[in-house]
Amino acid sequence: MRPLLLRGGKLVDPSQNLNRIGDLLLSDGVIEHVGGSIAGPEGAEVVDCRGLIVSPGFIDVHCHLREPGREDVETVATGARAAAAGGFTAVCAMPNTEPVTDNQAAVGFIVRQAQRARAARVYPIGAISVGQQGKVLAEFGEMVGAGAVAVSDDGKPVASAQLMRTALEYARTFRIPVIDHCEEPTLAAAGAMNEGIVSAQLGLKGIPAEAEEIMVIRDILLARLTGGHVHLAHMSTRGSVELIRWGKERGINVTAEVCPHHLSLTEESVRDYDTNAKMNPPLRTAADVEALREAVKDGTIDLIATDHAPHHYDEKEREFADAPNGIVGLETALAVVVTNLVEKGGLTFPDLVERMACAPARLFNLPGGSLAEGGVADVTVFDPVAKWRVDPSTFLSKGRNTPYAGMALTGRAACTIVDGLVVYRAEVPGTERER
Amino acid sequence: MTVGGALGKDLLGLESLSADQIRLILDTAEPFKEISERAIKKVPALRGSTIVNLFFENSTRTRISFEFAQKRLSADTVNVSTAGSSVSKGETLVDTARNLEAMRIDMVVIRHSASGAAQFLAERIESNVINAGDGTHEHPTQGLLDILTLRDRFGDLKGRRICICGDILHSRVARSNIWGLTKLGAEVAVCGPRSLLPNAIDEMGVRIFDRVEEAIQWAEALNVLRLQFERMTAGYIPSAREYNRVFGITRERLERAPRDVLILHPGPMNRGVEIDSDVADGPHSVILHQVTNGVAVRMAVLYLLAGGKPELAEAAKGGSGRGREERE
Repeated sequence: MRPLLLRGGKLVDPSQNLNRIGDLLLSDGVIEHVGGSIAGPEGAEVVDCRGLIVSPGFIDVHCHLREPGREDVETVATGARAAAAGGFTAVCAMPNTEPVTDNQAAVGFIVRQAQRARAARVYPIGAISVGQQGKVLAEFGEMVGAGAVAVSDDGKPVASAQLMRTALEYARTFRIPVIDHCEEPTLAAAGAMNEGIVSAQLGLKGIPAEAEEIMVIRDILLARLTGGHVHLAHMSTRGSVELIRWGKERGINVTAEVCPHHLSLTEESVRDYDTNAKMNPPLRTAADVEALREAVKDGTIDLIATDHAPHHYDEKEREFADAPNGIVGLETALAVVVTNLVEKGGLTFPDLVERMACAPARLFNLPGGSLAEGGVADVTVFDPVAKWRVDPSTFLSKGRNTPYAGMALTGRAACTIVDGLVVYRAEVPGTERER
Repeated sequence: MTVGGALGKDLLGLESLSADQIRLILDTAEPFKEISERAIKKVPALRGSTIVNLFFENSTRTRISFEFAQKRLSADTVNVSTAGSSVSKGETLVDTARNLEAMRIDMVVIRHSASGAAQFLAERIESNVINAGDGTHEHPTQGLLDILTLRDRFGDLKGRRICICGDILHSRVARSNIWGLTKLGAEVAVCGPRSLLPNAIDEMGVRIFDRVEEAIQWAEALNVLRLQFERMTAGYIPSAREYNRVFGITRERLERAPRDVLILHPGPMNRGVEIDSDVADGPHSVILHQVTNGVAVRMAVLYLLAGGKPELAEAAKGGSGRGREERE
């Protein structure tokens, strides 16, 4: 394996308070040397990173890779390549596959498919309950043994408080987070969008913010009861932010994520019944977006995750109420965050790297999340000012369902390195840059 | 939406129309009213046009009203309902639309249970699309005929107080009425159990009455919506009996009004539930007048979408009735 010398980039690594121009030498899959100016060893491949940011590899703890079951819309391999193209060196795959990833064999299958893909790393998330039926606890221990890094019934809420309690208690043995999709099922039933003025006008069944918040506070209280680590997926409301803040102030073991779309779009995107703006939780109001942005900045929300959810074109090309929830996100996440939070929202690049790389690694106990010498050589090199227009036909994901199609965004992955190997490189790095 | 005449390509809802466009439709409907009073109820205005009535949901009144409007304008019409069509074989809405388009039709009138279905269709085919009711979103021709009926009685609707009573949450008629009436300057209120009102309804610029007695004190006209019985099984209200006792429009309640209150109902009625028979059949009921106006309004919409000149509507009917100028 040739050593890789990343030369002249801005090294941004909040895990060791690093924020300066310098060189990074990777060899044998580890970060060999971090320095101001490194003389490359014989035979090293040199990557010119001038004008680019070099950071610990981004990790997406929430995506849907659809394999097994729906290989027509995504596979572990296509998802891992899309992830790499978006600057992610690792992703966590949700277990709502067909069949459900609820046992060690199913977890092992995803691990093997990921090894074959040789793109971004893929860590399986196991189901909380057998078949995601919300009744019988799945075998956390065996799934962790096979490579699972967390458990979740994502796509479905854990309706039973007793099951959630047990999961939080049982997960403590394996030191893994229990991820909940917070949605009170009777309040959210048949809902297609946020409940509010737009749903009233469009005649669509709404999902009130309270459907999420009731479960957020339930989960926080159960984390207090059990001492388990609850991780709240895709937070979408101002009220949720307040409740998480309440929990953290009391030292409760709660962490939370937010998706780029909930940081950038509102229910107004649904106005023309655009099914590419249909997701669960739904796009909310401008006040919610504002509260979520603040929460990302002040750390109430720990990390940014995509909820990448590819769907077939035909499934989205239909009546709004009948269309499936979700959008693809791996290849737009970085740019949506740079455009909406850095350019307009005052988020710093070190904070962005903390939310997209360091915090996911730390909270999910994954390799990476740091450029410290001796650590795993998972590195993202991105152009913080590149302007580009979203063209879904160029996605490496099989999914094309995005509300950002045609939008001009800023920020793009230039080079993604996993285990010291380049798994993605923008065709001509930096040429699209406009200064 | 610039193809076609003064209304654009489609009529999807009253939300997207201006006050002038709404007045134009109502004004154009005036000369068409007379055609239905003739012995030979037919004019050649849409001769050669092909119109498909695509009904994915049961409808009697609206479908027949559209059909009469089309026939009285001499259009060729085909009715498609879901039972027995390829839709029941699992064909998607977009495929149904494209197949119709391939047969070179001019207009589609669509009724569908999904909100947004009419817009979905309109964005995908070249033909004019008329929304005959999409889910719980809009039912623009019903809104227009209600407004025409109110205008027949009140003239200018500016400042007039209209209350829509009943299940606003699931009513496309309510939404079209709210848009149309507020655009024309009327004061609009809604009255019903809060479980059947959208939470954010006040943001649409309407007043809310929790008690029907208060609504009757305030209103000059009540548009009484049908109570859909499936709402009870869904748990929105306890029973039809209690609904009648608390929200029913009864003669006793109307007798306490400070003025005569005009009564509208888009039908079909549940007598003894949302409205009592002696009110529905009473002297201030204009319920059947609504039905008559429905044909004229739909003729006006068809005529205008087909590119008909509003000022020629009088000539188009080939008669010698009153001109537009005389009416105003």
